[in-house]
Amino acid sequence: MASKRPEHQGPPDIFYNEEEARKYSQNTHIIDVQTKLSERAIELLNLPDEESCLVLDIGCGSGLSGEVLTELGHQWIGLDISQAMLDVAQERESEGDLILGDIGYGMPFRAGSFDGAISISALQWLCQADKSYHNPVKRLYKFFSTLYSCLARGARAVLQFYPETPNQVDMITQQAMKAGFTGGLVVDYPNSTRAKKMFLCLFAGGQVQQLPKGLTGEEGSEEIPSQARFDRERQRYKNLRGKSLKKSRTWIMEKKERWRNKGRDVRPDSKYTARKRPKAF
Amino acid sequence: MKLITHNMLTSNILKGVTRGFPLKIKADKMEHISVDYNRDFIARIIPRIEYDALRAAVNDLGLNESLPEAMSETLQQDDEFLKTMHKVLLEYEVEEGELICPETGRKFPISKGIPNMLLQETEVS
Ligand SMILES: C[S@@+](CC[C@H](N)C(=O)[O-])C[C@H]1O[C@@H](n2cnc3c(N)ncnc32)[C@H](O)[C@@H]1O
Repeated sequence: MASKRPEHQGPPDIFYNEEEARKYSQNTHIIDVQTKLSERAIELLNLPDEESCLVLDIGCGSGLSGEVLTELGHQWIGLDISQAMLDVAQERESEGDLILGDIGYGMPFRAGSFDGAISISALQWLCQADKSYHNPVKRLYKFFSTLYSCLARGARAVLQFYPETPNQVDMITQQAMKAGFTGGLVVDYPNSTRAKKMFLCLFAGGQVQQLPKGLTGEEGSEEIPSQARFDRERQRYKNLRGKSLKKSRTWIMEKKERWRNKGRDVRPDSKYTARKRPKAF
Repeated sequence: MKLITHNMLTSNILKGVTRGFPLKIKADKMEHISVDYNRDFIARIIPRIEYDALRAAVNDLGLNESLPEAMSETLQQDDEFLKTMHKVLLEYEVEEGELICPETGRKFPISKGIPNMLLQETEVS
């Protein structure tokens, strides 16, 4: 039987082509799922209350996870291997700064640069040997060791991923620990096949921290407290910034016009342009 | 690419490179895009900025911004200074250009605002 896992369809820079990337700005189900995962990951990141932080988004793709960071008032830098995904991120007016790079070659940042790092649905890609010379264990170690050093001491990295087997979880966790991280796996809704989600929650030195607990029970039943918190934060940040016309259709059309004038490759306007995405909750 | 990103980027993922910082920067095309001023963020990030590297980048790019020669604690509370830092770190964008490894001369192109840090397998450390 042919596998449905994207990582089995080819290397990520090939799989996330224009067509696949487009889904990440138009498919409301995908947007909804990625947004919820990002909110949970940021919650687990446990950034200092009411402070604007600098966050790294690993495998940032089209910027869906980054948009949540922006809404919560954080600055972010995103790294991804797919030019097509990054192009969509730019079209979506993502406010993070974007870098084209392969996380398996290491994170190209100075020591102590970030207050935290998130990664949504990307890490499982590192378990593949897409090129004959790829060695997943080596690439994972390179990734985690360089990630460790670019985080501020005591900062967290929260990586949501879709492991294929328990072995993969072990392989990933082992390399993270070898690189110096403490922490471990947080599993939300462990008893539900559909709602179950895994977050590798890592601490980069500093004081001893306790691993957060996974959510249990029915999916949705525990969302209220954290959701309320997110809404409050977003509102607070909106008030802080004042009225923003950003993301309105006119604003985006104007921006696109500016880009066209600059000779940038811009999507033709369509009915999707600036279409509101559905409310996540 | 914003200058805050340039200030964090290194080329030490290259084989044989020890520090890889600061990357030399060349711009063929720049933009100035205003960003909401967030004093808390700037004050929080300043201690983490390699100030000399930032001044060098401002100089390389020929930006008309005057950053004092040395950073001090009083300066970090100074509103004028914080606003200049906000502008320099977050509002200038290099659209087209390149970053150059200070140790090997390896060039990393910047295209459509995105630096390309992809490596050949033989270059990986
Ligand atoms: C499922 S998408 C998720 C994107 C984004 N985090 C989100 O939540 O919408 C996975 C992303 O991981 C990226 N990726 C996979 N392998 C990578 C690698 N080795 N280096 C950098 N990015 C990688 C892909 O290009 C893709 O954009």
